[in-house]
Amino acid sequence: MSEVRELTFVEALNEALMQEMERDPSVIVMGEDVGVYGGIFGVTKGLLEKFGPNRVIDTPISEAGFIGAGVGAAAVGLRPVVELMFVDFFGVCMDQIYNQAAKMRYMFGGKIKIPLTIRTTIGGGVSAAAQHSQVLYSIFMHVPGLKVVVPSTPYDAKGLLISAIRDDNPKMFFEHKLLYGIKGPVPKEPYTIPFGVADVKAEGSDVTVVAVAYMVHEALKAADELRKEGISVEVIDPRTLVPFDKETIFKSVKKTGRLVIVDEDYDRAGFASWVAALVADECFGYLDAPIKRVTTPNVPIPFSPPLEREVLPNAKKIIKAIKEVVKKG
Amino acid sequence: MLTHDKMINMYYTMCLIRAFEDRVHELFAQGKIPGFVHLYAGEEAVAVGVIANLKRGDFITSTHRGHGHCIAMGVDVRGMMAELFGRRTGTCKGKGGSMHIADFEKGMLGANGIVGAGGPLAIGAALALKYKGTDNVVVCFAGDGAQNQGAVLESLNLAAVWKLPVIFVVEDNQYAISLRSLTPSALQPRVSTAKSVAERAIGFGIPSITVDGQDVLAVYEAAKAAVERARRGEGPSLLDCKTYRYYGHFEGDPMVYRSREEIEEWRKRDPILIFKDKLMRMGVATEELLNQIRTKAVSEVEEAVKFAEESPFPEPSEAYTDVFTDPYY
Ligand SMILES: Cc1ncc(C[n+]2csc(CCOP(=O)(O)OP(=O)(O)O)c2C)c(N)n1
Ligand SMILES: [Mg+2]
Repeated sequence: MSEVRELTFVEALNEALMQEMERDPSVIVMGEDVGVYGGIFGVTKGLLEKFGPNRVIDTPISEAGFIGAGVGAAAVGLRPVVELMFVDFFGVCMDQIYNQAAKMRYMFGGKIKIPLTIRTTIGGGVSAAAQHSQVLYSIFMHVPGLKVVVPSTPYDAKGLLISAIRDDNPKMFFEHKLLYGIKGPVPKEPYTIPFGVADVKAEGSDVTVVAVAYMVHEALKAADELRKEGISVEVIDPRTLVPFDKETIFKSVKKTGRLVIVDEDYDRAGFASWVAALVADECFGYLDAPIKRVTTPNVPIPFSPPLEREVLPNAKKIIKAIKEVVKKG
Repeated sequence: MLTHDKMINMYYTMCLIRAFEDRVHELFAQGKIPGFVHLYAGEEAVAVGVIANLKRGDFITSTHRGHGHCIAMGVDVRGMMAELFGRRTGTCKGKGGSMHIADFEKGMLGANGIVGAGGPLAIGAALALKYKGTDNVVVCFAGDGAQNQGAVLESLNLAAVWKLPVIFVVEDNQYAISLRSLTPSALQPRVSTAKSVAERAIGFGIPSITVDGQDVLAVYEAAKAAVERARRGEGPSLLDCKTYRYYGHFEGDPMVYRSREEIEEWRKRDPILIFKDKLMRMGVATEELLNQIRTKAVSEVEEAVKFAEESPFPEPSEAYTDVFTDPYY
């Protein structure tokens, strides 16, 4: 049995990188301030000292260049883990992600693989304003050929990052800012968590709540609150959006008859709408109430704290949505 | 030649920027200002020396470190402070925050959260001015780090081939977060094989000059030549200004990448002290007058803080306005 300690989300990610770099010399790390600084949130701390500047590369602010270099290096045999400091910056390097990394294997008849991991920071709640607060994972889900990983706990973060590094496909790995400081049990030994396997974070019987990233914690708060009122909430964290574990969600909805999806991404054409569509297709006959989405309205994330609170999903809004669906049917 | 009045004005503006930034540094530490804040203290001579050459109808594009550019363009510090406090009376109604202050009427086309994004915006504005047949110009402020962003390099090329009235002002404050612009260490790769950005500009056919960015009169003279050239329709120039930021990259930065001693060394060449000394030696003003001016700047900032603190927060409903020119979102 592996020793289990309490680690922060940052420490769990850092340990995953350390262990994978130790295990496999083809793993390299690139990005802005990943070396001397140790990553602006500390995720790559100590890697440069341990593995040296050939494997831990501080890059200039040239995202199209170094993210693209990650694609090229992966195509010829390395396993790069490249950091895009905030997902909001994807615009300057998107071609390398969605036209190159995502499509090369398919276009080339399955003859190559791109074992690339792009780690990036997401999320609002810290008044970082319109260009540093988005989650945007839905955009990457939309593009065939990219795996989309969104951990919500230190345990999941470590296991999913190790799985990501070992996986032979291009992956977007999303880390929510508000999760970096949270603590949880993490085994010391390396371990993997398979992609496409949802985790039931709380069991319940009245309503199914599907939530992602930081919103898992807001959903759990809502579930705790509602338990006192006699409403039993099942909280499911899909953990990876591509591949997606539909079955666990269908099973839960068939049991509860009600579904609320909590998604910090913009509402229009987002993750929540897609899940709602899947469930409408497969579980229509089991639903006792309309499917509800708790999402961010289609406005850029405002700076001012009361405005930001207005637009971001939170436990209060989740409770309201749950009560609405529980009342019906 | 600069008139005495104009030099005194420039001195006041430099003092106002410093007082603003020093105060914001304190307010951030006290938890009164949220979000990501990047301070301009130490770099005042660059914004003030360049902008002293501008006239009505000219524009600038700015960066994440934009307070100094705003103040030098004459943006009201009360509105700026209120913006940082997220208040409705802020320059952008509290929606933008520190990284997104804009005041088009003053010619300030916006601070920017995306490094390098000002480059294309600047050449676009210059294209419009040229099309309209004015002799107005655009100044593109950008850091040493931004010079490695593809969009900036593309903009240099387009500005040269389209012969646009643009002045690229490089604020080489020695660092892009932790990455050194000039003096690579054993642990960090160089960011460029050129000796400087000024050297690189030559390859684009853009005349360039390296300037002591701590000497406001030197910056003024260099910018004067570049602005006149642009007004005559002879195309873009680049000024590579060597300067230094006193505070961390952002407020809260532990600054693991540089030493106290290095900061102290640069503080000895403080742009405000250098200018003060010159003004006294040139007989433009007495020390007493210059001290009074500095005190006045401090009280203007105090008034701005009071204004900000007494201003209301925006109503939550304002989160949904301003997405489009019509109410739809
Ligand atoms: C496209 C993009 N990449 C990365 C960042 C993160 N970032 C913000 S400021 C900065 C460093 C900028 O350095 P420089 O251009 O020298 O400006 P300075 O901060 O030194 O004034 C970085 C990497 C960003 N905001 N946008
Ligand atoms: Mg810099």
